[in-house]
Formats: sequence, structure tokens, C-alpha cells
Amino acid sequence: MEIPYTVTARPDTGLWNAKVGIWLFLASEVMLFGGLFSAYVFLRLDADPGSWPHGLLNVPVGTMNTAILIASSVTVVLAWAALKMRRYRAYWWYMLITILCGVIFLVVKLAYEWPQKFEHFGAFIKKDKLEKYEKYLGNHHLAERGLSPRMEISGHLHNKEALNDPDATEYEIAMDPVNADPTNPNMDRPHFLYVPATDKIATVEKEDVEYANMFLPKHSAYFASYFTITGLHGAHVLGGVIVFIYMWLPVSKKLYKRNPEHLANRVEVAGLFWHFVDLVWIFVFPLFYLL
Amino acid sequence: MNETEEMIAADGHAAPDEHAAHNVAKHVRKYLLVGATLITFTAITVFLSYMDFGTMKANVAVAMLVATFKAALVAAIFMHLSNEKRLIYRILVFTAFFVLGLFFLTYLAWYDPVTR
Repeated sequence: MEIPYTVTARPDTGLWNAKVGIWLFLASEVMLFGGLFSAYVFLRLDADPGSWPHGLLNVPVGTMNTAILIASSVTVVLAWAALKMRRYRAYWWYMLITILCGVIFLVVKLAYEWPQKFEHFGAFIKKDKLEKYEKYLGNHHLAERGLSPRMEISGHLHNKEALNDPDATEYEIAMDPVNADPTNPNMDRPHFLYVPATDKIATVEKEDVEYANMFLPKHSAYFASYFTITGLHGAHVLGGVIVFIYMWLPVSKKLYKRNPEHLANRVEVAGLFWHFVDLVWIFVFPLFYLL
Repeated sequence: MNETEEMIAADGHAAPDEHAAHNVAKHVRKYLLVGATLITFTAITVFLSYMDFGTMKANVAVAMLVATFKAALVAAIFMHLSNEKRLIYRILVFTAFFVLGLFFLTYLAWYDPVTR
């Protein structure tokens, strides 16, 4: 059976059907991401002073990924415009660039950003032991300046086996710059450029540690919400890329030859989804990378 | 096959509606301009996040303001919401109502009439 109103407007709604469909779907998506963002608000407002981390993510890389996603939003709308003008060749190229942008975004996220976190270690110090590690935390210095205290020593874990070995008594951490030089005023606030761990080693006794783990979702409320929201967002990017690939393959040229307006409408609908994914990222980026 | 479709099949270039194609062509410049604006404002967000607006709350407010502006641009221009049929707006009014209600709950959760 032929699906009706793929190109012409349905008399009662004034719209072709897929347009109504995608907007109803996007409305439900707003609620889905809205629920997760409100969870983020709850977790962040409830966090103890100093326990919500800042500057753990790579800002230049995040900025680049934001620009890539915006660029792909432009190319997908240009692809649609090219179809409207019946320029299939241009459509094909814009679509290819869009697909590549999506793939680059995912590769950066899954092959670079996430694994880098999985290799990063952090140990939250027990409240009554903070003084013992003052030389790595610099809390007197921070208090003088009216800034939130530091609870965590982070960096590269040298003796990774200590994580699961009940006999191990300490962690050897090649510290991040913020712990290696905690009273340096430059460390009071996060930096734009990502600075790798130093070779300065801190030995932290396991019994002084409240909780320690690699930067995995269970490390903290911050990483739990980071991985959940960027993970769901990444799944949306992947979904968009798959749909775009289908619309870019020769099979779509058949539809173009039969009914170019139908393909244009399909691209418009997929584009609406893609712009929504871009729109979500516009909020994810400052909330997790910058603030 | 009617005549128009034959033309499309032949060279893939025939535009059945010259007027519509011309309108779209006019918009292309706008799309590029909006893209450039969005990337510029991304840089501005990054820059502003390293400024100190007094409290963290103020910094969050500034960043969310810029993000909302960017999101509005995407919705209005890329998603064609600046010029859409009434039914879509009706759907979105409900969405806005419920999502604002959702965030109002996070505010209610901090309302404490006993010990405030």
C-alpha cells in the first residue's frame, strides 16, 4: 500500500505526514533529554562543596567537536537545498561531508575522549585525612582565596593492580598538574589547554581514601551523568549517520529519479532530527566541558 | 511517466517548480551565515567560561543564555521554525509547557518551608 501524503500536504493538517511525525518524535525527545538534564541539575545542586569537578575534559577537543557538529548541520541543510534545486551531484557531496562529520565526531568521542577518561585515575580523600595530603590539595591556599576545597588527587595510576588487590595498601599516582603544584594561582581555575599528568608521584594510602576509581561512570555523579548524556547523544549521532548513509547510497538515486521531492522531504525530516541532535550538544558542551 | 519525471530521469536537473528552487537558492547564504554565527558563539561561550562573573551561578547563567541563543538560531533557521505551519507550533507549545514543568520540579525539590 502506498503511504499517502509523502509529498503533498494533507488537507486537514496542511503538512505532509512525515513532517508531523518527526515533530511529534522530537517533542518526545525533548522530554527524554529534558529528564536527563534535570537529573544533572539535581545531582549538581546536591553535590558537596568542591566535589563537582571542573576542567576534567579536554576543552579544545570538545570545542572542535562542537564546530564539527555545527558544520554538519549546515551541510545537511545545504544538501536539502541542493535537492530542492534539483542538483543531485551537489546533494551527494554535501551528504558525504555530513556523514564524515558525524563519523569524525563519534571517533573523537569513542576512540579518544572516552578511553582517555578510562585511563585516568582519581582518589577522593577522607574528610579527616585532607590535612595529611595538604601539599597535594592546597586547601589552605584555596580557603584564603574563598574558593571551594579540593577533595581528590588525580592523575595516572602507576600501580593499577592496586585497584583490585585487597593486599595493596597504597596508590602511586603520577599527579595531574593541579595536584603537583596546588598552591600555584594558575591552578585555581581550569585551563583551556589540556595538560597531561606530570611525573611527580604521590603515594596515597588506601585507608585514607574515601573512594577511588578510574574515570568511569561510577567514579562520581559527574561522570555518571557525563557518560549517560554523551552516550545517549552519541547513539543519536550514530542513528543519524546510518540514516544519512542510506540516503546517500545509490538506492536513494532511484527515489530521486522517480520523485525528487519525496527524497527532499526525507532529507528534510532526517535533517530536522540531526539539527535537534546538534541542539542538544549545544547544551551538553558548556554544562560538562566548561562549567 | 509524465513529462517532468522524464526530464528528471534524463539529466537529474529538472526543477518542476522554478519558483520554489529560486526561494531555496536565496536561503543558502543565510544558512552559511547562521553556521558561521553558531561557530563564533561557540568560541564566545568558551571564552566567557574563563571569565569570572562573581559566582559559579552567574557563570552558568551566562553560558546557558548563550546556549539558548544558539539553540534558538538552530531551531528558527535550520529547522525552519521561523516559518512553519500552525500544527507544528501547537505541538511545540505543549512540549514547552511540559519541559518547563519538568524543570520547575527541580526547583520545587529545593523548596523547604520548614527549615529554610
